[in-house]
Amino acid sequence: MEWETVIGLEVHVQLSTKSKLFSGSSTKFGAEPNTQASIFDLALPGTLPVLNEEALKKAVKFGVAIGAEISKRSVFDRKNYFYPDLPKGYQVSQLDYPTVGKGSLTVTMDDGSERVIGVTRAHMEEDAGKSLHKDYHGMSGIDLNRAGTPLLEIVSEPDLRTAKEAVAYLKKLHRIIRYLDISDAIMAEGSMRCDANVSIRPKGETEFGTRTEIKNINSFRFVEKAINHEVRRQQEVIEDGGRIVQETRLYDADKDETRPMRSKEVANDYRYFPEPDLLPIVIDDDYIAAIKAQLPEMPDSKKIRFIEQYALSDYDADVLVSTREMAEYYEVVAQQSGDAKLAANWVSQDLLGLLNKNNWDIADCPIQPERLAVLIARIKDNTISGKIAKAVFEAMLEETISVDEIIAAKGLKQVTDSGEIEKIVAQVIDNNPDQVQQYKEGKQQVIGFLVGQAMQLSKGKANPAQVNALLREKMQ
Amino acid sequence: MIKSTVAELSLALAAGDISSVELTQAYLNRIAQYNGELNAFITVCEESALEQAKAADVARAKGDTSSLLGIPLAHKDIFCTEGITTTCGSRMLGNFVSPYNATVVERFSDAGVVMLGKTNMDEFAMGSSNETSFFGAVKNPWNTACVPGGSSGGSAAAVAADLCAMATGTDTGGSIRQPAAFCGITGFKPSYGRVSRWGMIAFASSLDQAGPICKSAEDAALMLNVMAGLDSKDSTSIDKPVEDYTATLNDSLQGLRIGVPKQHFAEGLSSEVEQAIRDALAEYEKMGAIIKEVDLPNSHLSVPAYYVIAPAEASANLSRYDGVRYGYRCENPVDLEDMYKRTRSEGFGEEVKRRIMIGTYALSAGFYDAYYRKAQKIRRLIKVDFSNAFKEVDVIIGPTSPHTAFKLGSKSDPVSMYLEDIYTIAVNLAGLPAISIPAGSANGLPIGMHIVAGDFEEAKVLNVAHQFQKHTDWHRNKPSAMAKEA
Repeated sequence: MEWETVIGLEVHVQLSTKSKLFSGSSTKFGAEPNTQASIFDLALPGTLPVLNEEALKKAVKFGVAIGAEISKRSVFDRKNYFYPDLPKGYQVSQLDYPTVGKGSLTVTMDDGSERVIGVTRAHMEEDAGKSLHKDYHGMSGIDLNRAGTPLLEIVSEPDLRTAKEAVAYLKKLHRIIRYLDISDAIMAEGSMRCDANVSIRPKGETEFGTRTEIKNINSFRFVEKAINHEVRRQQEVIEDGGRIVQETRLYDADKDETRPMRSKEVANDYRYFPEPDLLPIVIDDDYIAAIKAQLPEMPDSKKIRFIEQYALSDYDADVLVSTREMAEYYEVVAQQSGDAKLAANWVSQDLLGLLNKNNWDIADCPIQPERLAVLIARIKDNTISGKIAKAVFEAMLEETISVDEIIAAKGLKQVTDSGEIEKIVAQVIDNNPDQVQQYKEGKQQVIGFLVGQAMQLSKGKANPAQVNALLREKMQ
Repeated sequence: MIKSTVAELSLALAAGDISSVELTQAYLNRIAQYNGELNAFITVCEESALEQAKAADVARAKGDTSSLLGIPLAHKDIFCTEGITTTCGSRMLGNFVSPYNATVVERFSDAGVVMLGKTNMDEFAMGSSNETSFFGAVKNPWNTACVPGGSSGGSAAAVAADLCAMATGTDTGGSIRQPAAFCGITGFKPSYGRVSRWGMIAFASSLDQAGPICKSAEDAALMLNVMAGLDSKDSTSIDKPVEDYTATLNDSLQGLRIGVPKQHFAEGLSSEVEQAIRDALAEYEKMGAIIKEVDLPNSHLSVPAYYVIAPAEASANLSRYDGVRYGYRCENPVDLEDMYKRTRSEGFGEEVKRRIMIGTYALSAGFYDAYYRKAQKIRRLIKVDFSNAFKEVDVIIGPTSPHTAFKLGSKSDPVSMYLEDIYTIAVNLAGLPAISIPAGSANGLPIGMHIVAGDFEEAKVLNVAHQFQKHTDWHRNKPSAMAKEA
């Protein structure tokens, strides 16, 4: 039987606010356990929550960016369950009235096809602390530094049909979130986390099959692997005459498999009710308009603009807008160098290669866009050849002096003096009588070899176009 | 001197007739004399109280004229007090020393008030007799075989027996007003949001409100002047300017429209209480007030609605007491579940566990609409009843409780205990200000009168109460059993 997969993703992102959702504690990652837990985070008796308005702003920013409905009135609820890393015994979340309602985003697949994926809602909630099971000899340690960190849970419609689409959606979400600068969205650090709801149904069927929820997927690659594994598992169960049980499963990356969570890890009745310690959040059109006005140019529109303004290919434009920082870097290089196409090649190939090799963020890169622009300008004005430019680029990593100073200091300036070039050409003709003969007999392609010889003699500094022209002239 | 009102003490201190140290010592002596019998205090802070009194005297010598400077007060043990055990009447918090002060505590401290100690209360404020306290029942100073009411029973008994000049209380369904009625003193619950809840241990967050327990409406005004106001730490506190509540105490009641809810003079009301309130109303008529009957058609639904909403909120509010971070933890738990179960079974008393179970049930899947949602609808109807009534009248007056203080141990059925608050609960559901003041006596026990006004009309309530106290002496009555001076 041919099967169709149906996937919906629940993505949690930690909103990058300085302090927690309802307390003044810092949200910095990696501090000593429990050094960022205030009396509220510890759920001491008598303490009360106060909403961090930055978190609200960031949530609304996300909603506006994906064209979602923004609730003028949203309500926090208590989600009740007992766990040692949940100090209050309830998580404050939003059930019936989330801040962000229905929206959508468009993902582009490798073959260039586009899919519009619905976003059901995005709501704010508190993160839990962490239970530390190692090093405590039969006991568990509790670290409440993370407890109360603001999360935005973004829930998609069950619109995704393949694991690849799920990854594409997740990457798009990541790109948008990074553009908006509302979260670090680092999956390895847990500032972006993904749960996948997966079911299968016979192709053509309109009813959904029974779904399972896969938790604990912490990389883009694992999202694809976990879903593919779960789809295979479900197919096998059904094809063997079995039935899918609605349950929560954990993805185990080491074994590349999903397994059911112990029933104790799954609470089934959270007894949600409106959080009486907080008033409903009421915002107006002006509030939403002000946030809309502050939105940066988003990746899709930036890409279209790059294609038009800089005459880039779809592929190049996509690479260059992959992060806001890269796009900003590119634009400086393109504008200051005066050659947008050359700038695109340098940024998307040489620079990106350098960053990947060293595992650098663009902000860490020792070559500032203004310097790269000068380098490209020197190619354009024939001061150096493209090949020499690669050497200068390498040197720019080590040297803090200007591009022109590097070129001068290393004597890399292109030779354009025709007397100089004439000498070299004469020497090449003298040294290679056989090839000259062949050329004269009509074997035009030998010219490439002769130009190469001249470039070698000049240590790459001769202007290849001039060499080419002069050779042809002399061999007439 | 210890029997004086706060207003009188304030004058005496200002005049130099007595020092705060002398006054504080007098109350400490009185506590030593009577607390054994009454069990009104869980913690007495002798040393720090005398230090604070000394500091107040020094401040006064330097020219500080704050009205409550140096006056000794007791806090209900529901308010977190830095460095001092804050038990909330529970075994669960028997060892809990708060690292911070409640806003109410902070404000009184800033006003130079001396804190004598922490008063007994029903466990987590759940009770109407002060019998659910882990630290034992409180006795009524008027008759020690009777309850003082609850949950602020310790504060009410302490004020009535002059173990302090004034005390704080909290009121979720009547917990300030009913004990005030039973103990023959003045107890005021302000509008929801008027006083910060920060540091006040939560029972039912949407209903809890702190207020004064004292010897006169004037004292309540003086206390509220200190307690009231916006607090950025409590999102539900209200950003409304705080009036000087003493400013309008002497306004004339000529033409005041008093509403008398027919539902509060129906079956279940004892004849002595009814007579006392009718007499009080006659007193108001003499002052020029007009009495009108008003209808609160949904008042019979207030107790059932309350006993869904309050336990529902409590069931979540009390989840934090899990033995993980502070408070009671059972001995030798074998695993996490065992720790949770035994900690909470052993740490909470019966009434608290009953309410956690009621609340958990009311919020459970499949029951939410039938209980919690319906109760919220009733709550809105009750609010509407009051706003309709306040179109016709300025205040609503009735009995605080259907009868006088009952005997310790006489109410073993939880539902009959829940019906204790039949006249006070609706006011919490509607978030309104209301006071109970003494208005009579039967068989040697005081009778309380309940005065309710519209949202944030604290000044009106206090004005109406103060005028009654100017014309009558019920608030001056003292329990004879406590007459012996140390």
